[in-house]
Amino acid sequence: MLSFLSRRLFVAFCVCVTVSALSFALMFLSGDPAIAIAGAGGRAEDAEAIRIAYGFDRPLIVQYLDWIGSAVTGDLGQSIYFNLPVTEIIGNRVGVTLTLGFISFLVALAVAVPLGIAAALRPNGWIDRIALIIAVSGQAIPSFWLGLMAIVVFGVWYGMVPISGAESWQGFILPVIVLSYYAVPELMRITRSGMIDVLATDYVRAARAKGLPMHLVISRHALRNAVLPLVSLAAVQLGQLLSGSIVIESVFALNGLGRLAWESLLRSDLPVVQAIILVLSLLYVLLTTCADILNAVLDPRLRGAT
Amino acid sequence: MTDIFKTSLTGLAALAACTALTLGTPASADKASNTLNVAFAAEPEPLDTYKIAGRQGLILARHIYDGLLYKNLDTGEIVPALAESWEFTGPLTMEFTLRQGVKFHNGADFTADDVVTTLNTVITPEYGTRYSISVDWIESVEKLADYKVRINMSKPFAGAVEMLADALPIYPHDFFGENGSSGMAATPIGTGPYKLVSQEPGIRYQLERFEDHYAGSPKAGATIDAITVRTIPEMNTQYAELMSGDLDWIWRIPPDQAARLEGRVQIISAPIMRIGYVGFAPEALAGDSPIADKKVRQALIHATNRGAIVEAFAGGASKVLNTPCNPAQFGCEQDVAAYDFDPEKAKALLAEAGYADGFEMEMVFAAMPRPTAEAVAADLANVGVKLELNEQQYSSGIGKWRARELPAFFSNWGSYGIGDTAFILSNFFGGGADDLVQDAQLAEWLTEADTASDRAVRAENYAMAVKKIAEEAYWMPMYNFNVNYGLSNDLNFTPHPDEFARWWMASWK
Repeated sequence: MLSFLSRRLFVAFCVCVTVSALSFALMFLSGDPAIAIAGAGGRAEDAEAIRIAYGFDRPLIVQYLDWIGSAVTGDLGQSIYFNLPVTEIIGNRVGVTLTLGFISFLVALAVAVPLGIAAALRPNGWIDRIALIIAVSGQAIPSFWLGLMAIVVFGVWYGMVPISGAESWQGFILPVIVLSYYAVPELMRITRSGMIDVLATDYVRAARAKGLPMHLVISRHALRNAVLPLVSLAAVQLGQLLSGSIVIESVFALNGLGRLAWESLLRSDLPVVQAIILVLSLLYVLLTTCADILNAVLDPRLRGAT
Repeated sequence: MTDIFKTSLTGLAALAACTALTLGTPASADKASNTLNVAFAAEPEPLDTYKIAGRQGLILARHIYDGLLYKNLDTGEIVPALAESWEFTGPLTMEFTLRQGVKFHNGADFTADDVVTTLNTVITPEYGTRYSISVDWIESVEKLADYKVRINMSKPFAGAVEMLADALPIYPHDFFGENGSSGMAATPIGTGPYKLVSQEPGIRYQLERFEDHYAGSPKAGATIDAITVRTIPEMNTQYAELMSGDLDWIWRIPPDQAARLEGRVQIISAPIMRIGYVGFAPEALAGDSPIADKKVRQALIHATNRGAIVEAFAGGASKVLNTPCNPAQFGCEQDVAAYDFDPEKAKALLAEAGYADGFEMEMVFAAMPRPTAEAVAADLANVGVKLELNEQQYSSGIGKWRARELPAFFSNWGSYGIGDTAFILSNFFGGGADDLVQDAQLAEWLTEADTASDRAVRAENYAMAVKKIAEEAYWMPMYNFNVNYGLSNDLNFTPHPDEFARWWMASWK
């Protein structure tokens, strides 16, 4: 187990370094940051002054090492746009994103897993059909469209919930519904197919044959095996919900991390972009590593495998 | 990426918006609590005017801070603000008598020390003022008495008075001296008509009317008690909020959306200083380009149906321009060579220049709507000129232009919202990095016009420059931009061409 853990952590570390180096290089490929910061009214002189002030005139590798050097000591630098420490800005915004991401994830799981199991118990039954409709529509409908429609119906027509903003908890109702709706299909389909496979195995048949009630067969025997792919997928989904809610955050004017990343990218606020990429890639790596460990706990066969 | 995102968003969301508009409820403004609810799509920058470029932050800053002078855009007059009177005491010195009895939001009295500390601080290179053009003409500022200061100029600069008119705010010297730029951004303290009571930077700002705002201020007379400013990035969400009465003021609504909102909320279209242009680079490619031939450049303008482009994609208060400056700007002579839409003439000119079969050319466009660039390309294709369109971020586009890699660049310029030709022509034709025409005669006229203190001399030199640029067809001027404002039906609001919203002038009907 220990070697499994250390192997996983080493891979995770390499992923983080690669991601940060790649993203750093890509930022410079997408245009001259000094001109971008000087803005649409900036003259060449202003861009030159900025280039020197922020050290963009130094070799790329020097800038990268400089950045990574302070990053490991916890100093993520100063935002060029806000003139504030990056850690403070991210600290202000991460709350909204985490709240939105985790609640949506829990809602999605609470809907997807029971629905997936129910669908697997009677393939092609009416529950399965409804689940299929939800899955197909959830994957086909763009989330911003669904978000806007939800705003029109529940915000404008009926005035039941705030249209935008995160000032009150009610502001989270629509975004959570929309975001989790988007996450449900994959989780549900993988639960369903996993359950169908497991239910067809000999040991489940044996369990049923010895007269165990159905709910015990499912919870004790079937689910534990069917859940393995679900855990891996759920980790990735959670990562996506936390990092990929840019569109939902925009539609509902929730000023979270996704929006901050998008805006910072457009205004070439390099320190913020770098920091967010680092934080999100760490998060991803953490989640997938947790999923691997959880799977290893659930399934002893995985511990020895490379 | 920006565009894929935006196009898909606006395109598909139009469906949602349509439904919203047909079924939306009428607006009811927040008149009862006398609070103006405002939304911006972009995040305001930190509220230190000297360090920022975006309109959103600057608009908030102008409600909080005051400058020495103020420009009344309705009359074009410069009027006193924190300075009671001013005069040029020499070619490079100006003296100001300051107003007495002015209070800052923190209770401090406004005196000469505030002017001296603020301006002497922001002119130092270490301070890092965003636009050097705004302060690099100031050599030093001296205190002559408690309410009298002198500004020593480092060079003649015709825009000096324009700059002092609200673009260079005065900070309280004690607070600013101690806390610097980040202190001002965290706790903005000014003498303006509104004070900031709370902020979540970039997300939410709460302003309250400043009861001790000085009498005689050009910004006096505010009637609205409080202003709440929020960032709502998605325009469709803004429309929903506006129609449900939770917002009173939004802006920069695309023309097609404005047409749909019309009738449900107030929509006002107002012209602004910003103009769109296609810049040609005859010199940059060392003559090794069809664009180096004046006839070719003239042909390209004749071939482009700018009138149709303006009507289709800009709408509102936008008009086709013949000058490389906004007609609203001082010195922007309008009696210049004009090129009507005339494809036959264009073909004839191309044939005369030896390009009867046309040619191929790259054109980068940045910060312009894609359909406008495509329309230009389609018009030019009709006369045989094949444009290879390439959309880029403004920074990479202008970078390529400065690197002299482009024969044509399609973008826009806002002149910092200032109504003076100095703030556009000198950058593109004054011989600097953005000048790929490198016409020595032009540069000479512009230097004279930028530095002369006699307005007649300035006007005359700008007129010569503008005429020559039009005659030589160095630019294809496109149109002046307009901004669509969406207002709740109860709100009185007058837009201004400098894009600085003046909420202190707004009121309820």
